[in-house]
Amino acid sequence: MDLFNAFIVVFASGIRLGTPLILACLAGLWSERSGVVDIGLEGKILVGAFGSAAVATFTGSVWLGLLGGVAATIAVSLIHGYASIDQRANQIVSGTAINMVADGMTALIGNAIWSQGGRTPELPAYAQFQTIELPFARAFGSVPIVGPIYERLISGHDLITYAAFLLVPLTYWALYSTRFGLRLRAVGENPAAVDTAGISVRALRYGAVMICGVLVGLAGVYLVLSQEAYFQPHMSAGRGFIALAALVFAKWRPWPALATCLLFGFLDAVAIRMQGVELPVIGPVPVQAIEALPYILTVVLLAGFIGKAIPPKASGIPYVKER
Amino acid sequence: MSILYGFYEADSGEIRINGEPVRIRSSREAISHGIGMVHQHFMLVPPLSVLENVMLGAEGGPLLAEGAGLIRKRLAELGREYGLEVNPNAIVGELSVGLQQRVEILKALVRGADILVLDEPTAVLTPAEADQLFEMLRVLKGERKTIIFITHKLREIMSLTDRVSVMRRGEMVATFDTDKTSPPELADAMVGRKVILKIDKGPAHPGRIALEARNLVVRDDRGVVRVDGVSFILREGEILGVAGVAGNGQSELLEALAGMRPPSAGEILVDGELLTHVQSNPRAERLIGIGHVPEDRHRVGLIMPFEACESAMLGFHQERVYGRGMLFDRRAIIADAQSKMKAFDVRPPSPLLKTANFSGGNQQKIVLAREIERNPKILLVGQPTRGVDIGAIEFIHKRIVAQRDAGKALLLVSVELDEIFALSDRIIVLCAGRITGERRPEDTNAQDLGLLMAGVSERAA
Repeated sequence: MDLFNAFIVVFASGIRLGTPLILACLAGLWSERSGVVDIGLEGKILVGAFGSAAVATFTGSVWLGLLGGVAATIAVSLIHGYASIDQRANQIVSGTAINMVADGMTALIGNAIWSQGGRTPELPAYAQFQTIELPFARAFGSVPIVGPIYERLISGHDLITYAAFLLVPLTYWALYSTRFGLRLRAVGENPAAVDTAGISVRALRYGAVMICGVLVGLAGVYLVLSQEAYFQPHMSAGRGFIALAALVFAKWRPWPALATCLLFGFLDAVAIRMQGVELPVIGPVPVQAIEALPYILTVVLLAGFIGKAIPPKASGIPYVKER
Repeated sequence: MSILYGFYEADSGEIRINGEPVRIRSSREAISHGIGMVHQHFMLVPPLSVLENVMLGAEGGPLLAEGAGLIRKRLAELGREYGLEVNPNAIVGELSVGLQQRVEILKALVRGADILVLDEPTAVLTPAEADQLFEMLRVLKGERKTIIFITHKLREIMSLTDRVSVMRRGEMVATFDTDKTSPPELADAMVGRKVILKIDKGPAHPGRIALEARNLVVRDDRGVVRVDGVSFILREGEILGVAGVAGNGQSELLEALAGMRPPSAGEILVDGELLTHVQSNPRAERLIGIGHVPEDRHRVGLIMPFEACESAMLGFHQERVYGRGMLFDRRAIIADAQSKMKAFDVRPPSPLLKTANFSGGNQQKIVLAREIERNPKILLVGQPTRGVDIGAIEFIHKRIVAQRDAGKALLLVSVELDEIFALSDRIIVLCAGRITGERRPEDTNAQDLGLLMAGVSERAA
């Protein structure tokens, strides 16, 4: 039973750690399915986190904090969109620039305002998202096996986590069942086909880039308003890149993206859980080895174990109207 | 045609549809005026289904489910009416080229096109598919649709059209009623001078066996057997034509002979000596005197963003004439390209111009010059005149015959029967990766070869 409880704790923690990955991964999915490669997810997470921390600190409102974070990432996404779509810039260069600028500017501005080495003051509880207890969680908790799973694994997360899980079917539905989704999938594969069908390639890609901004903004907001209660320089800690890896891993499809991000989240949770644990023979668990697992998994599995991951054909290529 | 479909706007002049002057500023406006275009390079999204491709831009509402049923029904109707059946759930990328083109036509019809513009529609089709297309177009004509058919193949014009306009260098130089003109007259108008469609070519004097294939088996990237036990000999001083409907193993055979794709079984002998595994790569083969003009000059033969002089030495760039050690001798490279361009009448003769900026015919001449000037014993030629204008075709054909007369052994792979007939001294026909027959051009005709291409082998017949 102890082992069972330990599992529940690790899984619940995996869900929390996986949430920003899911959001960032879906953000990348929208952008790249439209043909705009987004290597700047990492920087955008930081911008979203900083935006929400700053606004929440000044206003004391969690909702305004959320809006602030999302608005900041939409702005950055539009810069990337303008460079990639209108100026036909190299999208990798644009994305890398965003990463670098975001990393430096958030720390710089944070330090200029609060003089805490870039850190923002800790937010009061009312300016954070609180965990939500699902109905009957307490009452149900005493039922063996199913009870604890419901009470401690499914219940007890915050709004953004639930939103992230809902966004997966929503993304799936939007991609495969709506006009916008069809056009988006087409524009990422062959923009000329979309253009000759009388549809604006530019408008579609801008739409996708804005959706990407909202989703990746939520990932940043989550780090601040749900997890840490403050912004700290470099706090994205590579999540944007892991999300990109997950996106490739999932072959740009929503449900596999969810599974991959959860897997990476669980690995992270296991790494934390194993800290300082003594194992027979090995001795203390090499935490670094477990922390490296998502990266190693990505590299090894992508090297042929999950088959070829074929990106949307037009991703990264600016559309030039010509014949 | 790009102007007609709203890709560009005309600087001056006007477009009238049914007598009404119209302005077309975008593809959307073109569609709304009832213009449908079938592009040479299909405007399809390969990973999507037929239904999704047809729906794109004509979804009928923000949710796909509403329009899908309607379009599905419309597709079935059109399929019955015009013999245009396609499985709406099939993934477009997995369809044959002919079916993909059908999807393009369906796209235009579903949008209610009355004027159908087809840009070189047969360039990618097998003869059988082309016949089907013509059948379909005749039905559409019967339904009072207007069809604009762009092609440089005279036979197609003669068999399909009612009126024909000849365009040369951006000008309509002549318009004829098809039944009052003749292929030679059209060809004249196209090039502006007399063209010899028939090549002057003396009898061949075959010599020693230069190349021999024994029971070659070649698989494609997916492991499917594309060449299935092919054996033939090729002698010095002859042109061996390989005929067949596109996709029957010719490409893989050529790639195997050129060392680009190792055969999975069988032997290749050059001058009676077995080609070893080590030699079976393009560079080693070039060194022993096998030249190769690949079928697809865009993908394999040239590097489009490179300067012409660089493209003109690709594959031979390690030779001493181009430089020593790690450094190139730029002057020598340019001089070499200049002499090649002069010898092959490449226009413009500018070695520093980007390869992509030459016309298809001139690009092809650069490839030919590169391979022929190296003086190979054996020359493998794939689709030498695909996408090439008629003037350059004549030039290229003459060069190929000149190589034969110089005692070279030539293997010609072409899907153009006219070309096979005009150039070959012997013809082998491939169908489904097997040789279904061998003929001499003087002893056969298009019907006979057609049967062989369709797989009616001599033994079976």
